[in-house]
Amino acid sequence: MGVGIQVEKLNAFFGKTQALQDINISVLANHCTAVIGPSGCGKSTFVRCLNRMHETVPEAKATGRVRIGEMDVYNGSSATHIRRRIGMVFQKPNPFPTMSIYDNVAAGLKLNGFRDRKRTDEIVERSLTYAALFHEVKDTMHKKSGASLSGGQQQRLCIARAVAVEPQVLLMDEPCSALDPISTGKIEELIFQLKEKFTIVIVTHNMQQASRVAEFTGFFLLGKLIEFDKTEKIFTNPSDKRTEDYITGRFG
Amino acid sequence: MANHALGAPQLPGPQPVANKEVAGETRIAAEALIKSGGSEVPDAIFRYAMLACGLCVLALVAVIVFQLTTNSKLSWHAFGLKFFFQSEWDPVNDQYGALPFVYGTLVSSILALIIAVPLAVGVAVFITEMCPVWLRGPLSFTTELLAAIPSVIYGLWAIFVLVPLLRNYVQPFLAKYFGWTTMFEGPPFGIGMLAAGIILAIMIVPIISAITREVMTAVPQQQREAVLALGSTRWEMISTGVLRNARAGIMGGIILGLGRALGETMAVTMVIGNRPEIAKSLFAPGYTMASVIANEFSEATGDLYLSSLVEVGLALFIVTIIVNIIAQFLVWTVTRGTPARANV
Amino acid sequence: MSSSTALPQHDFAAAPISLRRRFLDNLATGSAIAAVILVLAPLVAIFGYLIYKGIGALNWDFLTQIPKPPGETGGGMSNAIAGSAYILLLASILGVPIGIGAGIYLAEYGRNKFGDIIRFTADVLNGVPSIVIGIVAYGIVVIRQGHFSALAGGAALAMMMIPTITRTTEEMLLLVPNVVKEAAYGLGVSRWRTTLSITLRTATSGVITGVMLAFARVAGETAPLLFTAFGNTYWNWKINEPTAALSLQVFTYATSPYDDWHRQAWAGALMLIVLIVLSVTAVRIAAGRTMK
Repeated sequence: MGVGIQVEKLNAFFGKTQALQDINISVLANHCTAVIGPSGCGKSTFVRCLNRMHETVPEAKATGRVRIGEMDVYNGSSATHIRRRIGMVFQKPNPFPTMSIYDNVAAGLKLNGFRDRKRTDEIVERSLTYAALFHEVKDTMHKKSGASLSGGQQQRLCIARAVAVEPQVLLMDEPCSALDPISTGKIEELIFQLKEKFTIVIVTHNMQQASRVAEFTGFFLLGKLIEFDKTEKIFTNPSDKRTEDYITGRFG
Repeated sequence: MANHALGAPQLPGPQPVANKEVAGETRIAAEALIKSGGSEVPDAIFRYAMLACGLCVLALVAVIVFQLTTNSKLSWHAFGLKFFFQSEWDPVNDQYGALPFVYGTLVSSILALIIAVPLAVGVAVFITEMCPVWLRGPLSFTTELLAAIPSVIYGLWAIFVLVPLLRNYVQPFLAKYFGWTTMFEGPPFGIGMLAAGIILAIMIVPIISAITREVMTAVPQQQREAVLALGSTRWEMISTGVLRNARAGIMGGIILGLGRALGETMAVTMVIGNRPEIAKSLFAPGYTMASVIANEFSEATGDLYLSSLVEVGLALFIVTIIVNIIAQFLVWTVTRGTPARANV
Repeated sequence: MSSSTALPQHDFAAAPISLRRRFLDNLATGSAIAAVILVLAPLVAIFGYLIYKGIGALNWDFLTQIPKPPGETGGGMSNAIAGSAYILLLASILGVPIGIGAGIYLAEYGRNKFGDIIRFTADVLNGVPSIVIGIVAYGIVVIRQGHFSALAGGAALAMMMIPTITRTTEEMLLLVPNVVKEAAYGLGVSRWRTTLSITLRTATSGVITGVMLAFARVAGETAPLLFTAFGNTYWNWKINEPTAALSLQVFTYATSPYDDWHRQAWAGALMLIVLIVLSVTAVRIAAGRTMK
């Protein structure tokens, strides 16, 4: 159900500062690809360029070609349109504070005009199940607000919300960095299962996490993609010295 | 520069995709969402609608300026700038001089400031620096409550409580011991400039106090500690470490209070006596720019009469705007701009 | 203590704080407390008199009858209470949507010089004396229609509400964390829908408080109504005719020579304060109930 992502000559700018330089990458469908690198290397910017969230920052610009499945992200459709087909989970869990758990999951559907109540119920239940949250909240999901859950649960709620609109690709920007180890473990398990239905790109500063969940890994440094290969190879026998320096902890 | 990105090595066959049943059923919502159109047009409409509302704010100022200048043209042409320096206000003979009102406005406002500033700063100092923590909330709430009382209710209370108090106790006292200053002469009616000044003072204390509190709180704790560490008393810490640093902001608060006093209408109208005269004594009745408009506008017959009143309003508008701008700038320098540096 | 340096032998730590300094400190504290008492005294006095004199005159007649001709005792302010409500309703219909819209503009699209101009203008407008607003409303409504009206009064009060609501709405909207908006954008929700259904919805409680503050401020205003709504001794529900208002009535009665009217003025004043407090509280409760 997931699709592949093709990125060609992607350049991204914040005003005059260039954040990404000539990125070319091919992400395989239904697999999990990790994006690693030291702070400021552009990994978050890269992922946010895939669903045009980069543009929401004033004076930000991106050029190049991104194709997700048959969809050309930058030519032909509006950003809003693109974002409906791509799901995103952010670093800090951000459920809508004034909505119940149910409404949070259904938000992507309701706010975009989907009116079928019965289908919505089914979709909410299914999404919460994918996110391994359904059994914990099934009795209170109409009454309790999204913000009343614990950190780990909130993030799973955000995952449920993201998958409810049936995206083809799921982008995750350091989804576990604000969570405790146990919640992190649960979410990593989730990613394993979600891989079967979606193509996942996950940004992480935790190399162990990358080796746990991703089949492929891309190493970014100062806005450039240095190396992209099977995770196993990156971590045991990298081709580029800079990659080796990073993973052995000589910097970053 | 070698780029290993393109052409990721082939994996041993893709994983089996999610079972067909799920794949078939689930794309419904996605299809529906994908079909729903782009949002450029509604987004643009919304933005323009909000812009229109924002422009209304600008339009408001434009309308005010336009109305005031247009409707005062007549008297401006008739009297020119001398309008504000002549003291004869005679509707019967169509002669209009606004000096009594300018005088009354200034005197009542300055009197109000003289009374209000020490009180307001004192209250602010007490609440921020001296008061026990549990008392702070209730005390600041009650001071704010003073600001919520409508002007006409202040006036009502002033007529029936303050004025008799002045007439029977305060004014005789002042005349007896301070009459030599020539400011407390004449029959003690109670009604007059003194009453207006006092009620105005009560009304502007909350705003001066609130701003003073705000700027005092904005002074960083390190300033206070620096003075205390030198072995100062609490008052020395307050005056050197806090008030000195916040003085621009406090000045701003005072000027803001002045702006409020200049434009205050109802309470003043009810106790100032409404006589267009200039007198030295505070016991004498007077008239302010706002009061003359309030009293005479709805009954003004004749275009010149009305135009003169509007011109008074225009002058009031300009003065309060200038005063408020100065005040806000001063407050801004302490709370948001470069904090005033202590001259140690 | 045996130092051979040239430093003066003065042990600052040992010197006691001089009597003068201690006296000043205590004087300051005493003065501050005195200031507090002097400021609270009128507050207590005003509320005390309002209750003491107002309650006595607040009776069924007062609430249901219209004023009697000058000099006669009895009658009430029912038309003024209704009139005030009517004028305030008109003011809110005119002022609240524009104020909130301008606030949305400033928060979402106005983080630039143009927005700064609007912000500055709103702050300046907040300081314009209400009597001047009355003159303006007179010019644009009363002169055009040829008579006083509830509409003119409502327009005047709306002009006072707009700048206040604009600024408080903007402040409240800016408090909504960016991550919440990003979540909505990430789901592909359009800009306008995000602003209304997410940002505004999250800030609702604060926005309503701002509206209520503006409402309470204009509810007690008299000056702008003096020559717009003008007042009326009878009931009036027509938008184009002079209408009574509670604040106007209190003013007229208080400045009149009739004792009975003085008595009723206190009742009217008490009623005014009570209604302001009640309406603010009622809206807060209603707003609190719709939030989960």
